[in-house]
Amino acid sequence: MASPLCIRGGRVLDPSRGIDRVQDLWIVDGRIAGLGEDAPAEVRSSRSAEVVQVSGNVICPGLVDIHVHLREPGQEEKETIDTGTRAAARGGFTTVACMPNTAPPLDDRPRIEFVVRRARESGHARVHPIAAVTRGQMGETLTEIDDLVDAGAVAISEDGKPVRNAEIMRRALELTRALGIPVIQHAEDPDLKGDGVMHEGWTSTRLGMKGIPDVAESVVVARDALLAELTGGHVHVAHVSAGRSVDIIRKAKARGIRMTAETAPHYLLLTEEAVEGFDPRTKMNPPLRGARDRDALIEGVADGTIDCLASDHAPHTEIEKDSDFDSAPFGIVGLETALGIYIKALVEPKHISLPELILRLTVNPLRVLGLPGGTLEAGAPADLTVFDPARRWTVRAAEFASMGRNTPFEGWELPGRVLLTMLAGRVTHRAEAPQTSAR
Amino acid sequence: MIGTRKDLLGLEDLEASEIISILDTARTFREVLDRPIPKVPSLRGLTAANLFFEASTRTRLSFELAEKRLSADTVNFQTSGSSVSKGESLKDTARNIEAMGIHLVVIRHQSSGAPHYLAKNLDAGVINAGDGTHEHPTQGLLDLFTIRERRGKIAGLRVAIIGDIAHSRVARSNIWGLTKLGASVTVAGPATMMPLEVERFGVNVARSVEEAIEGADVVNILRIQLERQRSTLYSSLREYARVYGVTVKRLLRAKPDVTVMHPGPMNRGVEIAQDVADGKHSVILEQVTNGVAVRMAVLYLLAGNKAPDESTPETPATEMKKAHGEPSLHPRR
Repeated sequence: MASPLCIRGGRVLDPSRGIDRVQDLWIVDGRIAGLGEDAPAEVRSSRSAEVVQVSGNVICPGLVDIHVHLREPGQEEKETIDTGTRAAARGGFTTVACMPNTAPPLDDRPRIEFVVRRARESGHARVHPIAAVTRGQMGETLTEIDDLVDAGAVAISEDGKPVRNAEIMRRALELTRALGIPVIQHAEDPDLKGDGVMHEGWTSTRLGMKGIPDVAESVVVARDALLAELTGGHVHVAHVSAGRSVDIIRKAKARGIRMTAETAPHYLLLTEEAVEGFDPRTKMNPPLRGARDRDALIEGVADGTIDCLASDHAPHTEIEKDSDFDSAPFGIVGLETALGIYIKALVEPKHISLPELILRLTVNPLRVLGLPGGTLEAGAPADLTVFDPARRWTVRAAEFASMGRNTPFEGWELPGRVLLTMLAGRVTHRAEAPQTSAR
Repeated sequence: MIGTRKDLLGLEDLEASEIISILDTARTFREVLDRPIPKVPSLRGLTAANLFFEASTRTRLSFELAEKRLSADTVNFQTSGSSVSKGESLKDTARNIEAMGIHLVVIRHQSSGAPHYLAKNLDAGVINAGDGTHEHPTQGLLDLFTIRERRGKIAGLRVAIIGDIAHSRVARSNIWGLTKLGASVTVAGPATMMPLEVERFGVNVARSVEEAIEGADVVNILRIQLERQRSTLYSSLREYARVYGVTVKRLLRAKPDVTVMHPGPMNRGVEIAQDVADGKHSVILEQVTNGVAVRMAVLYLLAGNKAPDESTPETPATEMKKAHGEPSLHPRR
């Protein structure tokens, strides 16, 4: 037995088992040895144990983000698997699932294997690649889904764009059903979106900007709910932004349709009004919507209609985002601000409790992908996050580990400072050295 | 105060008093235009750049003329054949302008908010000459000026704006200006060209062109540009003319002395009938003349005391400096 590590004095939140109490957490050989008295006696009495004091902070299973863009291969000027996973660790995440809209897209075995290998070499987070639904994400021919799953893909998606063709969506659902993976839909009707750049509403009317109506998302959610019902397949709706979509998902779930959903931090804290100054850092797809949409999303998160919370981390270069609004690409970074925003948007106004938030950032997203983990149970890999839910910190994009600096939250004061992130018992992020001592 | 602003980006940003101040200044310059030598030295030594990222003839000519009548040096820049088509970013364009020591930038751009981006990145004053489907403030101002010249006032007037409101920067600038100055504005056009929540501008939305024109003091007819819009918005120009074209018959519903306006260029026989365009109520050519005076006023007020040559007696410039104080080019922002 190697020297045990004791994370001492923190509030242990393990929603997978309904645990919320101050307790020591013991780690041996990269795995959880146990909580408090449940840890084996020889571990607790070990003379060589190292102790990390985290009194006053929360310890929870490592956070999971099933919607990130790591940009590698092909767009290494925006982000790499290495920098993207460093950003994950800095934001408290130990597991991410990355979208296949790289250049070229993740549509064959070698590319999936490349991502898995690169992530292992970097070692900052577990990376689960999501494969393309169609070859080249061209919307015509299905990828070799079975082979891709065998290589490590955990879902399929065309993210960045929708599975437009309903026939292809139907067949993808039929084939993935047997494999037990979801089809993750970027729900958007391209015709209704047109060349829109922001939410269609009073702000777009005032600013004379081309609008993207909320129904551009919701019509596809409705269609896919019907296709999921027809096929028995599992549709996971990415980055839900519209209140109407929340309604449809709620009804679909009530009918027993296998539909799950996520949203992203910015939709809970910002609305279309943030676009006011034509700042491209407020440009993402789907766009920031109206106050009623934001409220409906919060309600959907609270009642479980929206199963999990992601970031839709979408890094772009400063050159690309330093332009007029129309020319800038869609997307903002999110990994290093997600936890703070979720606490600010959901927990501080008491829409959900902190354990309920952690559930939506650990077990729930893993469950969407059919993956194990998200627990501090003895024997589980010691993937964990230590943060101070109350402590304020200021967002400074220049300090991000991500290469992307494109955040609309620059200068914001957020709660939820991440102090320590561990992956299989190894430190992947430490904000400032918590007191370490030999016993 | 308009004289303390660095830029003119839209009429939404302006106070009513600032709009009136521009119109008053324009009145003085309008008189200059009627002189035998219609030129004043107000902007001598200053350089204005006209950056047209989108094709335009009359607005660009109008600005250039206004600059020349104020004795500014002018340089023109158009997208075709320029470095922008080679992929140069707006940021680099801005840096080049700065390096050339240009004082005033007039910009037309297909992207809403592009002038705002330049304004943020430049010390030079920026004048929006039309950004995407957002605003066209000098057009709004020249329309206000023309209305005030014709009808003696703006407050209390009934103004109908007919056409594609959703995609019209002229409509937005007109609506802001007119409502700030107390006019009652009614808009009419195809439902597909009416932006969401348009009534929040403080305008009435008419169900038909007839309803909009009923009792109007002013009818402002927007250019219809089906070729630039998504083909799904409307069937054809023929259908548009049938349903929304302003004809003599439809105009009978307005006040007998109605003022008919159009920002040009006109599609005769489509949004405006031939005999309306050339009829006795039309002030369309006056708008063009007034445009030069209004743009002179805007350039003059934004340039403020930046003019290096202070020894320019007997010009509206010196008179107005007395009246308006010393405007600064670099105000608090």
